[in-house]
Amino acid sequence: MKKENSGSAKAKRFISNSIVHVVLAVLALVWLFPIFWVVLTSFKTDKGPYSTQFWPSEFTLDNYVRLFTDKTVLDFPQMFKNTLFIAVCCCLISTFMVLCVSYCMSRLRFKMRKSFMNMAMILTLFPGFMSMIAIYYILKAIGLSEGSMIRVALIMVYSGGAGLGFYVAKGFFDTIPKALDEAALLDGATKWQIFTKITMPLSKPIIVYTVLTSFMSPWTDFIFAKVICRANAEYYTVSVGLWKMLEKEYITKWFTSFAAGAVCISIPISILFLVTQKFYADGMSGAVKG
Amino acid sequence: MSKNYQNPHTLRAAVKHGDLGTRLSLILCGAGNMLHGQIVKGLLFLAVELGYLWFMVIAGFSCIKMLPSLGWLTQQEVWNDAKGIYEYVQGHNSVLILLYGVVTICVSVLFVLFWRGCVISSYRAQLRLKEGKHVNTFVEDVKDLFHGNLQKLLMTVPLVGIFAFTVLPLIFMITMAFTNYSKIDDHLVLFDWVGLENFKKVLSFSDTIGQTFWSVLGWTICWAIFATVLNYILGMILAIVINRKGTRCKAFWRFCFMLSVAIPQFVSLLIIRTMFNQDGIVNLMLKEAGLISESLPFFSNATWARVMVIVINLWVGIPYTMIQATGILQNIPQELYESAKVDGAGPVVTFFKITLPYMMFVMTPYLITQFTGNVNNFNVIFLLSGGNPTPVGSTAGKTDLLVTWLYKLTVDQQYFNLGAVIGILTFIVLAIVALVTYRNTTSYKDEEGFQ
Repeated sequence: MKKENSGSAKAKRFISNSIVHVVLAVLALVWLFPIFWVVLTSFKTDKGPYSTQFWPSEFTLDNYVRLFTDKTVLDFPQMFKNTLFIAVCCCLISTFMVLCVSYCMSRLRFKMRKSFMNMAMILTLFPGFMSMIAIYYILKAIGLSEGSMIRVALIMVYSGGAGLGFYVAKGFFDTIPKALDEAALLDGATKWQIFTKITMPLSKPIIVYTVLTSFMSPWTDFIFAKVICRANAEYYTVSVGLWKMLEKEYITKWFTSFAAGAVCISIPISILFLVTQKFYADGMSGAVKG
Repeated sequence: MSKNYQNPHTLRAAVKHGDLGTRLSLILCGAGNMLHGQIVKGLLFLAVELGYLWFMVIAGFSCIKMLPSLGWLTQQEVWNDAKGIYEYVQGHNSVLILLYGVVTICVSVLFVLFWRGCVISSYRAQLRLKEGKHVNTFVEDVKDLFHGNLQKLLMTVPLVGIFAFTVLPLIFMITMAFTNYSKIDDHLVLFDWVGLENFKKVLSFSDTIGQTFWSVLGWTICWAIFATVLNYILGMILAIVINRKGTRCKAFWRFCFMLSVAIPQFVSLLIIRTMFNQDGIVNLMLKEAGLISESLPFFSNATWARVMVIVINLWVGIPYTMIQATGILQNIPQELYESAKVDGAGPVVTFFKITLPYMMFVMTPYLITQFTGNVNNFNVIFLLSGGNPTPVGSTAGKTDLLVTWLYKLTVDQQYFNLGAVIGILTFIVLAIVALVTYRNTTSYKDEEGFQ
């Protein structure tokens, strides 16, 4: 009697496990289908977007070659260089700002602290690009809307308000025990020394996280880039370029190149994202363990 | 240094009890500091004041003077007799007048704050002298920037950035809401203040813009609720299913779903849009399989489009919730489950009595940010449906959210004033939701709890 019972329970568990795995497999297929499709498309010979077959009849690397060599209509290598330059500058500036602000918010106590935090919360509630047109006029008024100044303008737009994104890093600094600071203060260290010699070395996960997230933002934003670059194709970033490739006049000739570009951009960004997730998790588990 | 006692260094006290130097710095910034022995600091203060006055004389006053009228001179042709041609005389440009006016006012407000700081600084030095205490020299002041006043050193640059690229544009945009800056009646170069006219227009039920606003607002709220709740519930179920004991290869399943988050949204959403196009791969495959004879109107029928954006948003959003929920699930104390098992509770009861309440407790702030994020979810709508289908003659499509409508109104259609009004109204909706809820979360009330 008892044996039978455990046997049926086992069978029941086996059935429910199988159902769960089948459902998960179907869901995973749904989730990965667009990704598969774009990877396959990037190897297709037929240039248009609307072909009936899912699996390409012939595989070719032409789309990738064309993406990086054809500079006549949409100069992808130039866009890539633009974005890389902007991203590097932007991540240096934003990281500096974020770390400064979050350290002040976490460790220093001063009069304006609470009001700054409230202000930051209120500012994040405004729709981000409500002020986009205003920013454009401001950039125009200080002469940053023409020529190579567009790059400077984009860097400033991406990193200018970075100080508002201090929450994650502040949360991390909060986990560093205050006793460390107090011990250093007793030893005669200044707060600046505590910031640079104690807090920073302990904060590697969150520094890496901040660097990577701010590095990624110029690659993924296309709204600001589109408004600020307007028709200046030589200053386009990658995302504006990819967006252009799907416009009516380009899509029939450029769709497979778009797929190739999407794959090229997505691979590094996805890797960076997965790395930031790891550092984010590390950061959240605290700086000083034990 | 403790701030527990009443701060004696206020502007009022400085005016009341200040000596000659302190009172002199009411007019000449830094004069008091110089008289109290802080020569370099005083000179720096004086330089800032002179700089401000110079700016006001050169440009500031004329900017402010133009602000009430916003300019009136149109571009004109003037006959030049000597050259025998028409010459264009530049007219006023209201946008620039407004921008310069706003900047001047902001600079003036900052200067008043600075001026107040100067007077207080002088008064502080005066009090210290009176008490026979040491007054900091300039070198000591600079050194103090690295210790007692470290926040001034660290916060200045970020604050300037935030001010220039977030606050100033916002103020500038908000002021536009009170003008008639739009292409209606050709007010793109010269425009005037109109008071609350635009707000009346947007909020009225009789005006076409008003009707559009209410329908867009309704859809925005409907979308935000659906997107948030469905993502939350389904994402949590997914996390629980992957996390349950019997599931094998947990890391593999998580990786599959995380991949869709890792890819930049504009790439994945543009791909999906192409797939669901009128002649896209999905329609073609369905046709080939003989399931349908005509293309399904994924983004060209209003109801289809609305359902589609919500469903595709699940594709984007579920993995996010899954990532968040997985971490929390692993933190639920196992003893709770064991004692429930001893009491004979089945999986359904455990879910509703333990898992769900625990998750709700921890994830409420996350839900709120998700809700506000969805109200402002520009990417999904703009990249997928672009707000379409758009009825003829309307400024907003059937799937447009307030933010995408705002984008269309300003960037495409040049109704800058209405765009600004909608931005302000969106903010008000979000602010109400956020203020009511944030202030009740423990992380806001009990900020020092972890330190």
